Amino acid sequence: MKRIALLGMPNTGKSTLFNRLTGSSARVGNWPGVTVDLLMAKVLLGVDMVEIVDLPGIYNLHGFSEDERVARTFLEENPVDLLLVIANSTQLDRQLALILQLQALELPMVVALNMDDEARRLGIQVDTALLTRELKVPVLSISAKQGFGMGRMRQLLTDTLAQVGTAKSADLNRVFGDDDALEARLDQVFRSAVQMPLTATDRLTDRIDRVLLHPWFGLPLFFAAMLALFEAVYTLGAPLQEGVAWLLQTIKTEAVEAAVAEWHPMLQSFLLDGIFDGVGTVVSFLPIIVLFFLFMAIVEDSGYLSRAAFLMDAFMARLGLDGRAFVMQLMGFGCNVPALMGTRVMRSRGLRLLTMLIIPFSLCSARLQVFVFFISAVFDPWAAPLVLFSLYIMSFAAAFLTALLYRGRLANQDPLLLELPPYRFPTLPQMWLRGWREVAHFLREASGFILLGVVLVWALTHYPADVAPAGPETLAGQLAALFAPIFAPLGIDHLMTIALLFGFVAKEVVLGAMAVIYGAGEGELAGIVAGSTDWVQAYAFMLFVLIYTPCLSTVAVLKQESKSWRFTALAVAWPLALAWLLSFTFYQTARWLGF
Amino acid sequence: MNLSQLHSGETGTISALVGDPEIRARMQSIGLRVGREIAVIRRSRFGGPLQVRIGTTDLLIRPQQAMQVILA
Ligand SMILES: Nc1nc2c(ncn2[C@@H]2O[C@H](COP(=O)(O)OP(=O)(O)OP(=O)(O)O)[C@@H](O)[C@H]2O)c(=O)[nH]1
Ligand SMILES: [Mg+2]
Repeated sequence: MKRIALLGMPNTGKSTLFNRLTGSSARVGNWPGVTVDLLMAKVLLGVDMVEIVDLPGIYNLHGFSEDERVARTFLEENPVDLLLVIANSTQLDRQLALILQLQALELPMVVALNMDDEARRLGIQVDTALLTRELKVPVLSISAKQGFGMGRMRQLLTDTLAQVGTAKSADLNRVFGDDDALEARLDQVFRSAVQMPLTATDRLTDRIDRVLLHPWFGLPLFFAAMLALFEAVYTLGAPLQEGVAWLLQTIKTEAVEAAVAEWHPMLQSFLLDGIFDGVGTVVSFLPIIVLFFLFMAIVEDSGYLSRAAFLMDAFMARLGLDGRAFVMQLMGFGCNVPALMGTRVMRSRGLRLLTMLIIPFSLCSARLQVFVFFISAVFDPWAAPLVLFSLYIMSFAAAFLTALLYRGRLANQDPLLLELPPYRFPTLPQMWLRGWREVAHFLREASGFILLGVVLVWALTHYPADVAPAGPETLAGQLAALFAPIFAPLGIDHLMTIALLFGFVAKEVVLGAMAVIYGAGEGELAGIVAGSTDWVQAYAFMLFVLIYTPCLSTVAVLKQESKSWRFTALAVAWPLALAWLLSFTFYQTARWLGF
Repeated sequence: MNLSQLHSGETGTISALVGDPEIRARMQSIGLRVGREIAVIRRSRFGGPLQVRIGTTDLLIRPQQAMQVILA
């Protein structure tokens, strides 16, 4: 099968084009370094199946960050039939350099000048016919986001593939860095083929930046926007979640209970109290997850992330980090795993490890479910969004404290050089794609280890069968008693201890486990929890959930990316210790103050 | 004169890049090329990064690295 590799500078729209060509749902974002790993998909071009590979962006062929290494190694070790090189039409003055360098590889090449829509708006004119002649490769203007030129793109790829010889891997030693000859050629090609207006700046972006990057109001605006966002997720999401919970409860009482009424009581309990309540409780949070990721999609595609790096860099530098580390923390609000992978753009190992050490404190969407549940069960509606916001603040505080403590041992020498892309807004299909990605991911987890966790909890709380479920004589009860000396000082009771232990696997399991432990669906669970927990206990519990190890996937990625067991051990042990300390301090202080 | 000395709103022409070759190569490939005009759009407070503009590209650069960009 023939193979096409997508190559280009970061943030030029490679993944957007990849999605267009293959119908995949690769992650897209207005931030250089969204794709940090290989992605492949097969697609029918003409009459042949062709494999298309989306690669991380590269600035040149000599970069040494981990994501650039992925692209380089792929080119060196895998034969490709055609390079599809993508450049941002509005920035050809610098992006042509990469195209010229890649020509030294002597591989068949097609050049796509992306973001034609933006070039037109800025009044930039590119003579593609002249470029084709100058570069001696086919050049096509497209807009991957709007879908302009996709038919011609497919046709061009099909035609070019029909003519290529045998596939070759690349010999990167042929490619030299920047030199005067390249510089001169770049200037000559650019001048002849590109017409720039006198001022080609994005006025709207400049105007927005004057407000959002204001020396005094920039940061307060950022935090205000964050508060507004969480408030919106909470106020819109909580009723939706209750709706789904109610629906599941109705299905259970109206249909499922009747269907299994004749079965063995143990089997009934397993199906109803175990699987249905456990998994159902987790699934009821799906609307909140979707809503949250729609907001995340807007934030990530807006280009604001780079601005956040600008605003926070001076502060982060004092913690031994840089603005990009802050951006990774924000990305971690969605899910810690891609944020950890995102640190591949950092070239200093110290900086990378320090950033990976603080990302797991980011309050990810799985933890958000636990918090939304507890907050709406225990706190007054008016206080709820503020309580949630306070947990986000705690998430930052734990991360910054950790960086402060470890910055000496993990030193940073990486210079910060970051692109500031113009503001953009995702199209509806892009948002839909993102929402769907997250739903698919969530359902995969729910049917995988969340189901497994719930089954395990059910088994532990129902064995031996002749005692009260989840009572002290059950396996779960004995396990909880074992851990009581650790969790009792935090105000966390036996039953919640079990949920916490299983939360080590993944935070989604916490609520599923609680549903099983209390033998109640989501609908009744809130009432039960409100009856057995006061707000001090609830907050201490949430603090612990916030800070201790997020999930096994995170641990696996920490190991994979750091390639060090020692670091992984530290990244698990330290948050556990910190979680206990903070939760203990909060609980005991609150009690001492008489709450 | 180097880039870190420009106030916001001022422009200069890059005449040389100095310092560590690897970082220099990096600067070059991201768009800081000799002969290009560069403008400082804004500077952040507390010694934070500068927002600079070369043609249509906006970049963040810290003052330490800006010192390695020599202006004519
Ligand atoms: N206006 C416009 N924006 C586009 C176009 N193509 C992509 N974008 C936007 O450009 C940004 C970057 O797109 P990606 O597809 O993530 O870019 P990438 O090259 O894969 O980036 P990395 O994976 O970080 O190297 C996103 O905000 C896209 O929505 C286009 O044709 N026009
Ligand atoms: Mg990408």
